[in-house]
Amino acid sequence: MTNWQRFVDTFFKPEMMRQYWPSIAQGVLVTVEIAAAVVATGLLLGLLLASLRAYRWQAINVVIVIFVDVFRALPPLVAILLIYFGLPGVGVNLPSFIVLWLVLSLVLAAFAEEIFWAGITSTAKGQWEAARSTGLSFSETLAFVVLPQAIRLGVPPLTNRTIAITKNTALGTVIGVGEILNQATAAQSFSGNATPLMMGAIAYVLLFVPVVVVGRWIETRFAWRRA
Amino acid sequence: MRLIPSAGGGCNSDAAGMAILVVSGLRKSFGSTEVLKGIDLSIAERELVFIIGPSGSGKSTLLRCLNRLEEPSRGSVTFDGVEVTARGTDLNALRRSMGMVFQSFNLYPHMTALGNVTLALRRVLKKPRSEAEALGRRALAGVGLADKALSYPSELSGGQQQRVAIARALALDPKIVLFDEPTSALDPELVGSVLAVMRELKRRGMTMLVVSHELRFAREAADRVVFIDDGRIVEEGSAEAIFTAPRESRTKAFVAQLMR
Repeated sequence: MTNWQRFVDTFFKPEMMRQYWPSIAQGVLVTVEIAAAVVATGLLLGLLLASLRAYRWQAINVVIVIFVDVFRALPPLVAILLIYFGLPGVGVNLPSFIVLWLVLSLVLAAFAEEIFWAGITSTAKGQWEAARSTGLSFSETLAFVVLPQAIRLGVPPLTNRTIAITKNTALGTVIGVGEILNQATAAQSFSGNATPLMMGAIAYVLLFVPVVVVGRWIETRFAWRRA
Repeated sequence: MRLIPSAGGGCNSDAAGMAILVVSGLRKSFGSTEVLKGIDLSIAERELVFIIGPSGSGKSTLLRCLNRLEEPSRGSVTFDGVEVTARGTDLNALRRSMGMVFQSFNLYPHMTALGNVTLALRRVLKKPRSEAEALGRRALAGVGLADKALSYPSELSGGQQQRVAIARALALDPKIVLFDEPTSALDPELVGSVLAVMRELKRRGMTMLVVSHELRFAREAADRVVFIDDGRIVEEGSAEAIFTAPRESRTKAFVAQLMR
């Protein structure tokens, strides 16, 4: 057996590919579902928190800032393990899928809140004044004048952060969420062959390269000239 | 209508009607710095009053206290019979009838000219889209920008942007327009188009309070010129009186500098 054959047999064995592609495909589906749910929940929650913060109610802001700092500091894996293995001790049993979705959403929300907040604070004071001077309320000004600008400012950093968080769906493997990596490692231990892992890696690349490309497109699309 | 016939090209407040805006004992401090030290001022309907003064004298702060973009520390402002500074006053309702135009235009960059003009019509006056757009287009036509309705602020010159900002204020049919250095951020060749719009407003009998150093415009259009220094009104009178025969030495010094 030549080295080349050994390499192919280890990473690209055809019968392994035939046998395991359905489970990898299943994993892709789960990854896409979680990623979509995380992006939707995380961005919305982040926007909501940043908007709340704009009202500058002291007590609420303290809570928001603590939440944001904790979830930006905590490694997501730690939060996942803590919730999945800790909460049953107090009688709360959450499905692994829910735990993964919850933790990643909260982490994304924490980063998104900071990004949206930076956008809100960097919107010129004159924008608020112009809107308020025409009789718009604080909330209307926030919704129609400030947030649209804050969101645009936030798009480039948000794109990066969103990609980073969705890749973290792979952490679900440690609590048995049947996403790509989990399917691949299961197959690898059954078969004693690395081909399923390579298939998983290829699946991630095929899945995320388009996301990265779309992200770049969004960044240029939203980088509009400021007056 | 409560219009009082204009006396024609006169340059004192006899050209105007009843007091629509009354400021009394207005003070404003930022921290320990007192910027306005007791302002008493009365503006009549249809009057165009110019406010001049050195930078930092409190002119802009005064203007911004009138619609409470800045919260006055003491004193009162009464506009059209409503006490602006009273606790329960519906500020949002009040601000509809007090238009404001800013030095740096402050157009919403993510909206077209028409979007800028119609936002308050739709959200504050709750006009349906079609009606708001008709009013918005009329307001833009009024400042000579009918063809720019769908342009974004970044596609317009400074003079055009400022005229959109004026249209945004006028679309709400205000009873007074406050101008905060409307031409200071403009290249000299663009100033004329904005002044032309203000001249037309004056001709139509709009009450206007203008912080500006456009001397020639003041001479031609102002019913009264108020000189503010160090948070106080030092002197007021007709443009002619203030610019050619000021009584106070501080006014003299400032006017001499302006003329240079």
